[in-house]
Amino acid sequence: MATKFVKNAVGRMIPEEINGKPVIPFQGVHGYITEGVRYAPPLPSCANYPKDGNKLVKDLKTALKESGVKSGMTISTHHHFRNGDLIANQIFQAASEMGLKDLVWFPSASFPCHEPMIEYLEDGTIHHIEGSMNGPLGRFASLGKMKGTGVLRSHGGRYQSVQDGEVVIDVAVIAAPTADPFGNANGLTGDSACGLLGFALGDSQYAHKVIVVTDNLVPFPCIPWQIQGNYVDYVVEVGQIGIPEKIISGTTRITRSPDRLFIADLTAKFCDEVGIIKDGFSFQAGAGGTSLAIGNYFGEIMREKGIKARFARGGSNQYLVDMLEEGLIDYILDGQTFDLAGVKSMRENPNHVNTSPFTSYNYHGKGNFAGLVDVVILGATEVDVNYNANVVTHSDGLLLHGIGGWQNCLFSKTVILPIPLFRDRIPIIRDEVTTICGPGELIDVIVTERGIAINPRRKDLLEKTKNSKLPIMTIEELKEEGEKICGVPEPVEFGERVIAAIKWVDGTVIDVVRQVLE
Amino acid sequence: MAQIGTAGNQGPGIRSDCYISLKLKNNGGIKINLTSKVDALYKESIQDLATQILDFFRVEHAVLDINDRGALPFVLAARIEAAIKQVLESDAEFWLDLIPENKYQTEKNKTRRSRLYLPGNSPKLMLNAGIHQPDAVILDLEDSVAADKKEEARLIVRNALRAVNFYGAERMVRINQLPMGLEDLEHVVPHHVNLVLIPKCESAEQVLSVDQKITQILTEKNLNYPVYIMPIIESALGVIKAFEIASASQRVAALSIGLEDYTADLGASRTLEGRESFFARNQLVNAAKAAGIQAIDSVFSDVADMDALRIVVLESKSLGFDGMGCIHPRQIKVIHGAFAPSEAEIEKAKKIVIAFEEATDKGLGVVSLGSKMIDPPVVKRALKTIAVALETGLLPGDWKDQIQK
Repeated sequence: MATKFVKNAVGRMIPEEINGKPVIPFQGVHGYITEGVRYAPPLPSCANYPKDGNKLVKDLKTALKESGVKSGMTISTHHHFRNGDLIANQIFQAASEMGLKDLVWFPSASFPCHEPMIEYLEDGTIHHIEGSMNGPLGRFASLGKMKGTGVLRSHGGRYQSVQDGEVVIDVAVIAAPTADPFGNANGLTGDSACGLLGFALGDSQYAHKVIVVTDNLVPFPCIPWQIQGNYVDYVVEVGQIGIPEKIISGTTRITRSPDRLFIADLTAKFCDEVGIIKDGFSFQAGAGGTSLAIGNYFGEIMREKGIKARFARGGSNQYLVDMLEEGLIDYILDGQTFDLAGVKSMRENPNHVNTSPFTSYNYHGKGNFAGLVDVVILGATEVDVNYNANVVTHSDGLLLHGIGGWQNCLFSKTVILPIPLFRDRIPIIRDEVTTICGPGELIDVIVTERGIAINPRRKDLLEKTKNSKLPIMTIEELKEEGEKICGVPEPVEFGERVIAAIKWVDGTVIDVVRQVLE
Repeated sequence: MAQIGTAGNQGPGIRSDCYISLKLKNNGGIKINLTSKVDALYKESIQDLATQILDFFRVEHAVLDINDRGALPFVLAARIEAAIKQVLESDAEFWLDLIPENKYQTEKNKTRRSRLYLPGNSPKLMLNAGIHQPDAVILDLEDSVAADKKEEARLIVRNALRAVNFYGAERMVRINQLPMGLEDLEHVVPHHVNLVLIPKCESAEQVLSVDQKITQILTEKNLNYPVYIMPIIESALGVIKAFEIASASQRVAALSIGLEDYTADLGASRTLEGRESFFARNQLVNAAKAAGIQAIDSVFSDVADMDALRIVVLESKSLGFDGMGCIHPRQIKVIHGAFAPSEAEIEKAKKIVIAFEEATDKGLGVVSLGSKMIDPPVVKRALKTIAVALETGLLPGDWKDQIQK
C-alpha cells in the first residue's frame, strides 16, 4: 500500500504514517497543543523488591532477561560518555545473543563509537533507531539500509515524547560513573565521571524497567543521587563503562582557524553593538570550536566593560568554568559537561548547576527556560533564504548529525548562527535547505565571514545596525556572494524512500530525510 | 614531452584543491573520470569546465582523471591546464573571466602596514585571505613553491589574480629570483597585478630589467594600469646598494628587507632583539626615505606569539618602517594596531592640524600652538598621522565638528 503524503506548515511533504504509527505534520511553531494526561509507567510496589535493597545482578544479560525484554521492545541509552561509551553496543550484543528481533534503540544521541550497531541493524536485532545518527550510522541509514525509519528528536523533544507517551521505554539502561546497590547513581565521581546524568532522568522516571550499570559501586548511599534508586530495578557492576578521554569531545577546543576566529570575533562584535552584552545578560554557546571562541570574546568584552552575565547555559568546559571562577558569570546551568574541568567544577562549585532536558527544554513544562536566554549561538549545515535551517543532513543529502538541543535553543531571545559562507565548495545559503530542522521565524541572524544577514522579522536589530560599520547584507546578497564563488549548485536527486523523520519539539514532523542514491 | 601530465595535490588532508592526471591517446575520444567530494552539487559543472579546457587546447583523445577535494573552478582550471601543458606543446593560455572586483588600481604611496604571504601553489589559503583585511596579499612564486611545482603555481596565481576576490587588498606577487622571475612576469602582469616583489635584489640593473619587462608586457597587451615594484633586500651587498635600488625606477614604491637570508649571509643568527640586523634596517629605512618611498620590515615567524610580535612591530615603527610582512592572518590585527598612531599622537596631531588650518585661513606664514612655534615638518607629520587615523577608522570623518562642539 502506497503511503500518502501531506504538506506541513513549512511546505514539506510528510507521510501520514511512519513505522506503522500515525504522524502529525508540523503545524507552526506553537500550532500544536497536546491534551490529556502524562504517560505513566506501571505502578511498582516495594514489596516486590529485595528487602535489603540490594538490586545487584550478575551481568548485563541477566538484567535484560530479568527485565523481561522481548522482540519489538524499546531500549533506551544515554550519551553522557559521548564517543567513549562502552555499554550501548554490549546491550545489543546481548540482545542479539538472546535472539531478540526488531528492537527499537532509543539513545539520547549516538556517536561514531556506535558503528558496531550496524551489525545488529543488519541481523535484524534492531528495527530502527529513534535518536541521532552520527557518522557511520547516519550513512548506513541514508543509503536506505535500516529496516525501519529513523526518528530524530531534540533533547527536549525526547523528553516530550516520553512524557506524553509517544515513546514507551520498555527498558532503560543507565550507565553511571558511580552507583550503590539500591540504584542511586551520579556522574560526578569515579574513573568514568562525566558530570551529570540529566539525559537519563526522564528515562528513569518513565521506563517500565530501569537498569543501572556502573564501574564504581559504592556502599549505600551514593551521594548525591542524581538518579534515584527508587526508580531502579536492577544494578550491574562491570569493569568499565566508558573511556574517559573520549568523553571529552573533540570539538571542545577553541578553534585555531583564522577564518573561524574571524567569524567568532564578528559575532561577538555584533552582539556588543546591538546591546546584547550588558550587565546581567545570559548566553548559551555550543561546543563547536567557533562557539567556544565566541564565549571567549564575550568574556573579553565583559572584562573591558566591567560587567558580568547572570548565567550561561552549558555544555560546560574549561573556558566557561574559567569565566565562572573569574566572576564573569554568576551561574552555569549545565546540560552536559564537555571536559573534565566541567566535571570538576560541577562537583565542587555550587554555582555550577546540573540540569536535565526537563528543566531546560521540555515542551510539557509550565514555561520554557530557553526563552529566558538572551542570546544563543548555534551551528547549521545549511540555511535558506527564508532563514529555515538544517543541522542534520549535508547538502548531498547524507544524514550525518543529530539535533541535540538545537531546536530547543531556538526559543531564546536572539538566535545567531555563525557559519562560513561556503565549506570547500559547498555554499551554505540555499534557496531551500535539504532538511528543515528549524523554521526561519525563530532564526534571527546569520554571521558569515563575508557578511551578516538579519531576519527581516527582527526590525529592532535592523534598526540598531542601521548606521553600523558591520557588514550587514540581505540573505539573498549573501547567497549570491556564495554562489559567485562556488557556482550555482546543481539539484540533488534523492530516492523515494523516507529514511528518517525530523520531529519538531512538540512531537509533530517538520521534515523527512530521503534515501541517498549510491 | 611527458606521457602523463599530473598536477595538483592529493591526500586525506587536502581541501579546496584537486589532483589531475591526463594521458593522451591516439583514439577513443575524451574520457573523464571524476571523483569528487562535491559531485552531488557540481558534477556537471566540473565536467563542463574540463571539456571546455580540453577543447581549447585541441585535445581530442585522452583520459582525464580528476580527484577533486572541493576545488573552486579557478583551481580546477589551473590544474587541468598545467597537466595538459606537460603532455603537449602550447603557448595558448586558458583565461577565466577577470572579475570586475579585481580591476582596481593602487596608489604608489598607499598604506602598506601589512602584507600577507600566500604560498602560490596552495589555493585553499587564498580563498579567505581578503576577509582578514590585510593592506596587501602576496601570491608567492618563490620560496614557498617547490622547484618542480613552479609551472603549476604560475597558473594558480594567474587564475587567482583573475578570479579570487581579495576584497580590496593590494594584490602583490613575489616572482622568483631573476632570470626566472622575468618569465613569471608574463603570467602576472597582464592580470591586473598591483605590485611585483623582486626577491634577493642586489642591484639597480635587476630592478631595471623587471621594470622594462613590465613596460614591454603592458605595451604589447595595450594595458595601462600602474604596476609597482618592491625590491626585497636579503644580502649584505643588497644593503650596501639599497639607495641605488630604491631609486632605480619610478615603479619602485617601497623597499623591503628579508632578514632570514640577510642574517644567513652575514653568518649571524637571527635573534628576537635583532641587534645583528640593526645596521641593515637603519640603512634600508634611510635609503628608502632618501628615495621618497616606503620602507617595509621583514616577517615575524612565530605565529603563536602575539606579544612578541607586538614588541617587534613597535620597534619597527620606531625605526621608521611603514609596514611589515605577515605569514598568518592572526598577525594582521596586531600589526595594524601597532603601526596605528597612538591616542596621544592623534590628540597632538589634531591640535597641530587645527592650528595649521587657522594660520592658513588668516594668511599667517607661521604656525603656532600656544606660545610654541610649529615647524613645517611637524605639521607635515601631523597631517599624515590624521590621514592614517582617518583611513584606519581611529578618527571619525567629522572629527573637526566634534571638537567645535
